[in-house]
Amino acid sequence: MTGCIKMPQTHLSAIALEKSYRKGKLQVPVLRGVDVQVKKGEFVSIIGQSGSGKSTLLHLLGLLDGPDVGEILLDGQRIDDLPRQDRDRLRNRVFGFIFQFYHLLPELDLLENVLAPLMIRHSVWEYWKRRKEFRDLGRELIAKVGLEHRLTHRPSELSGGEMQRAAIARALVAQPEVLLADEPTGNLDNKSGREIMDLLSSLNEGRQLTIIMVTHDEALARQAHRTVRLAEGRLQVQREAA
Amino acid sequence: MYKLLLCSRYLRTRYIALASIVSVMLGVATMIVVNSVMAGFSTQMRERIHGILADMVLEVNDTNGAPNPELTMEKIRKVAGKYIESMSPVAEIYAMASFQWHGQIITKPVTLIGIEPDSKAKVGVLKDHLGNYQVQQDGDKVAQPAARSMDQDPNWDLLDKYLKYRKMRVEQHKWMQRKEAPEQDTEMAPAEVAPGPSIADDKTFPFVPEPDELQFTENPFPQGDPFKDDSEPHELTVEEQAAPLPGRLYVGIGVVSFQYENKNDGKLETEVMAVPGDDITIMTVNAGRPPAVVSFNATIVDTFKSGMSEYDANLVFCNLSYLQDIRGMINPSTGERSFSSIHIKLKDYKYADEVVHLLRTSPEIPVGLFSVQTWESKQGPLLAAVSVESAILNVLLFLIIAVAGFGILAIFFMIVVEKTRDIGVLKALGASSAGVQSIFLGYGLALGIVGSGVGMISGLVFVWNINWIESWLTWLTGHKVFDQRIYYFPTIPTSIEPLMVFWVAFGAMSIAVLASILPARRAAQMNPVQCLRYE
Repeated sequence: MTGCIKMPQTHLSAIALEKSYRKGKLQVPVLRGVDVQVKKGEFVSIIGQSGSGKSTLLHLLGLLDGPDVGEILLDGQRIDDLPRQDRDRLRNRVFGFIFQFYHLLPELDLLENVLAPLMIRHSVWEYWKRRKEFRDLGRELIAKVGLEHRLTHRPSELSGGEMQRAAIARALVAQPEVLLADEPTGNLDNKSGREIMDLLSSLNEGRQLTIIMVTHDEALARQAHRTVRLAEGRLQVQREAA
Repeated sequence: MYKLLLCSRYLRTRYIALASIVSVMLGVATMIVVNSVMAGFSTQMRERIHGILADMVLEVNDTNGAPNPELTMEKIRKVAGKYIESMSPVAEIYAMASFQWHGQIITKPVTLIGIEPDSKAKVGVLKDHLGNYQVQQDGDKVAQPAARSMDQDPNWDLLDKYLKYRKMRVEQHKWMQRKEAPEQDTEMAPAEVAPGPSIADDKTFPFVPEPDELQFTENPFPQGDPFKDDSEPHELTVEEQAAPLPGRLYVGIGVVSFQYENKNDGKLETEVMAVPGDDITIMTVNAGRPPAVVSFNATIVDTFKSGMSEYDANLVFCNLSYLQDIRGMINPSTGERSFSSIHIKLKDYKYADEVVHLLRTSPEIPVGLFSVQTWESKQGPLLAAVSVESAILNVLLFLIIAVAGFGILAIFFMIVVEKTRDIGVLKALGASSAGVQSIFLGYGLALGIVGSGVGMISGLVFVWNINWIESWLTWLTGHKVFDQRIYYFPTIPTSIEPLMVFWVAFGAMSIAVLASILPARRAAQMNPVQCLRYE
């Protein structure tokens, strides 16, 4: 599933996605038939109002939840109906997640947080054997996001921008193909937000990483190659960025 | 890998969960302490009962006994010889013991047991209970070494110090007589000697050579009779007068002493009413038809203390041959002596039931005449009561740990709710439901290990220092926590059984794991989207 694929080919796509949540007896439709195609190495932003279903779309694309109707394809292969273990493996290996509220584990220090996906992937024995290699990788990524001086700090000792950069390092450590970012700058001041956006752009360019970013900020969305607009669970306009 | 790391981190950072396992810890510690003390009591008690009874007892159903112990022992050997190490014939009868103390005659009902000390010592632990084999201790110091060493077989000889004591009493008595001779009638009974300052004041000297006195002796058997020099009583030397009587006794310490609390310091003290070297009177019945009362004086050779108050206050051991003489347990025509039971020591106690079966079914041992029992079945009700008590206590204490389990359950649910977001993150990063579940199961196990481990250590430390703790509590509260008058042990006996400790710790651990199953499943079933949605 990580085979080398030519650039313009569709990397991740959603076909006729529908999803509704139940609130008591009320059925609340969130997505009402959404089709999205994302090419390899593309930076796509999904924009929409609160409650437009953009986060749900991101969760469905990242296999955190299953659609009621529709399919999700990775490299042309349907993945939303895979057995649970395989979906877990895909989340671990193919997708990297960045959340608005960073979601670092408060019990672990920065390096451990960054290495968490590798700990999840490998058994105790394997991890122990390769711990040096992993630690070096973790340090390298932390240095890349500019936090090398914070290696042994707990998340509670970091600022918001630092936590988000740590979260990006964590998302990168598993060497994913697709980075899914849910309002990565939503909780940050302008300066930190710009830093994060620059980091994402450089990753997209440097590593040819496919990035799908959810935001409600038009200005941020413009930094992506392409913007997908969601309103009331439907796709509105797909606009190529400059 | 993340499971281990998170488990250890949760263990180090969630102090509320540690609070929940304090109850597990206390439960484990309590169970270990209670079980050890109960096992200590029970093993000590069993040892003492066992020591007096021997592995197995073959009893004659008739109080007057059956003839020829040698032949019976021969038969037993024939039936189950390969299991048997040694045997000892015994004659048992109810009797009254009486002696004088401070001018007062004290009479007590006792069980008189005729034994051969050397063979009896081989079937049980007689030596461990006899006073002459004990080291006299004063606190931690040895006040007086044991009068006899453990490699000597017990016998009926009076130790030199007791002989000296008898001589002294005779001389005292003579002096009193000389002093009183001018005014007093010579018929004054020696039993009415005024009480002296000694604590052991019983002094009936029936062998004192006064012809009128000697008529009261009811010894029907002249052999070994100390009164053979009746004809010339006045020529007896002090040594002859002080010679011990042919009837010799090991007296249970409870028969000749009592304990009381010193009014001044509240300490428990023992008042001894008769000591080795003294003579006491034994009254029992003979083996005739109808049974007639026989009474004889006998010299105390030693005191006997098993620690079972029931025995110590009841048993008087006597030399078997003398008892047989006195009670007429001898066939006049054949000279065969009778016995009332045979104590049997087995080579290995695990074959006891087999030997009982062999002896009960053997035609050599008629069922109507003899009954065969192991010491355990003979003391069945007592031992059963102890084991039932211990079982109920264990159930109750284990329920306490189970209650602690519910505490863990509640706190775990709380932790799972608190960790909702982290669970969502782990799942987003690719952790499986089973993995998330195993974090909490592992956490439960870790808490269980810590709880039962600390509980085990504190329980063991408590048990090892229990007597120190007891004396400290006594000092603190001013109340005697462990009253040796009630329990008959000078210190609290304990016995730690490794298997018991293991099961208690293991049980507590499994309760901790069981209690974490539900919260762990709940954590595993959480939908990551739901977990992450709300801040």
